[in-house]
Amino acid sequence: MTLTPTGDLFPLLAAVLAALCCGLLGNFLVLRRLSLMGDAMSHSVLPGLVIAFMLTGSRTAPVMFLGATLAGVATVVLVELIKRLGRVESGAAMGVVFSVLFALGVLFIERAARNTDLDANCVLHGQLESLVWWDGPASWSGVAISGLVEAAPPQIWTLTITCGLTIALVVALYKELRLAAFDPALATAQGFSATLLHYVLMIFVAGATVAAFEAVGSILVIAMLIVPAATARLLTDRLAPQLLVSVAVAIAAAAMGYMGSIAVPHAFNKPEVNAAGSMAIMLGVLLSLAAVFGPRYGVLATATRRSRMARRIELDDLLGRLYRQEEAETATVPAPRRAIKRARRRGLVAPDRLALTDDGRARAAALVRRHRLWEAYLVDRAGLAADHVHDPAENLEHLPEALPPEMGETDPHGRPIPPI
Amino acid sequence: MSDTVVHSGHAAPTSLAERPEHSSDSPLSIHAMTVAYQRKPVLWDVDYDAPANALVAVVGPNGAGKSTLIKAALGLVPRASGLVEFWGEPYKRVRDRVAYVPQRESVDWTFPVSALDVVCMGRYRRVGWLRPVGRAHKKVALECLDRVGLADLAHRQISQLSGGQQQRVFLARALAQEGDLYVMDEPFAGVDAATERAIVALLRELREAGKTAIVVHHDLQTVPEYFDHALLLNMRVVAAGPVNEVFTRENLHKTYGGKLTLLSEAAEAVARSGLKVR
Repeated sequence: MTLTPTGDLFPLLAAVLAALCCGLLGNFLVLRRLSLMGDAMSHSVLPGLVIAFMLTGSRTAPVMFLGATLAGVATVVLVELIKRLGRVESGAAMGVVFSVLFALGVLFIERAARNTDLDANCVLHGQLESLVWWDGPASWSGVAISGLVEAAPPQIWTLTITCGLTIALVVALYKELRLAAFDPALATAQGFSATLLHYVLMIFVAGATVAAFEAVGSILVIAMLIVPAATARLLTDRLAPQLLVSVAVAIAAAAMGYMGSIAVPHAFNKPEVNAAGSMAIMLGVLLSLAAVFGPRYGVLATATRRSRMARRIELDDLLGRLYRQEEAETATVPAPRRAIKRARRRGLVAPDRLALTDDGRARAAALVRRHRLWEAYLVDRAGLAADHVHDPAENLEHLPEALPPEMGETDPHGRPIPPI
Repeated sequence: MSDTVVHSGHAAPTSLAERPEHSSDSPLSIHAMTVAYQRKPVLWDVDYDAPANALVAVVGPNGAGKSTLIKAALGLVPRASGLVEFWGEPYKRVRDRVAYVPQRESVDWTFPVSALDVVCMGRYRRVGWLRPVGRAHKKVALECLDRVGLADLAHRQISQLSGGQQQRVFLARALAQEGDLYVMDEPFAGVDAATERAIVALLRELREAGKTAIVVHHDLQTVPEYFDHALLLNMRVVAAGPVNEVFTRENLHKTYGGKLTLLSEAAEAVARSGLKVR
């Protein structure tokens, strides 16, 4: 497969720019639990586009952009209004607003715009493939910035300007947006009106939605607003890195999805598939990878942590049991073979019989010490009855980082607390 | 019962300064404030003057409008009527002097910020629009975290803190606002003993520094120990004044209605038996 500047440069550029601005803004929607707002916005801009066209008879970018952005703002206002008057939660309010507005848009297209190239289909899927550079250079080495600037279609310009403004917004209002997303009450109390910031953010989301969806279609816009942020959320736990990761995820998905839409069907001798759809699927793939392999919240990391903890508890329990048997001079009872094997491998249990080595005894003493210190602490300081402290102590003893203070020489049951 | 509020008429004042019953020394004066959610009144004709340099407990049963009182005073929920002033000025002019601690559950603690980031939010007013938080502000924020005993956890993500530690992060954030009036919504709710002690110590520190704290509080038993003044609220002001004057059985009954009877009898029975209950 080969990509050519003629057929692929502008679609690729449009996809990457759309991914950048939607991916960046989406973080604030996800953090404020307004993910559905992207969905609402991308559907309800349709009537805005159509009404703007009907009023002006023009299909130029500024008219379309203004109409759709106004529709986006109207969506936000209507959602707030319905939430307040209808006493429903915001999800329901958004659902009502965007489905009705979208339906209105579809009706208007049917009626009023029958003879134009406004088409409900390309609203859904976008028209990336139509961004052809007709007299572009034949090879990538022939691409010059000046030629690019001259030939760029209006969608590319709209997207570039939107991206520039979006990045400027997030950089300039980073701390205000973060505060308003985390604690709107404090933001308002400190004079950073959360309502004002909400509307500023929503105007930008509307703008980004409009700019992006002419190129990539409304379905991909929704994916690009939400999935990169959700993916980044699984990989980081600070906002600034999250913003960067989400943008990287969005751009990677756009580029890989675009190339995949050509390369994968070609490998099976099939014609290429819709690029926007392929990008949305790529976003889903990246999210799944993050959910499985994420360093902290990933399924694998969590499972590994759990099983490591389980093995340690098993080993601890074996050592503790052997120690108590030594102490009470009773016969050894059977123990899980896996734990014994592991203890032998680490030199904690003698190779030939079930007895502690010196190393094993030291570790077991520390464990039993923690257990009995906790028992003493829970009776003495937390006021629990002596017959109620074994179970909590049994859990707490496995956490070496939490150690109660010195509690005398014996535990509540009169057994000695091993010294350090 | 010396301080029970007498309800005044319904003349609409423009400023509280001319009204003899309100004083411009008071960090918070509320006059004839009514607040309604969906047309159902939550607070009815509230008049209150908070004393300067005191620790004030706002107590009352669930649904009495305690949180609403402070949110409406700070303009976070709309007032149906009434006037609120801070040191004789509207809130907008004294934002810098008022620090607010919302309920802990009011925010999302999985939010991707560190404890220090949250405390820095208390400095935003001083930092101003569009500017990043400078090093000097971060240093103040770190000192505030240290005052609540959390300096070591400054760079932890907030979801990795215990409930009590989260509450202390909120207190540190209020300290970072460096106000003269601290308005706290249930800071003692669901915290561990260490945090409770830390909050009490902090409140006393604030009082010694000449500040005022108005605290929504749930635990009636600790009111006389922790606070100087109390505002007993049940949609209306039932009583307000020094704890030893207003915290009477009669007033508590008026505030809590029948609900307190069982509790107070149980409490008295416990007190007689000498049992120690928390």
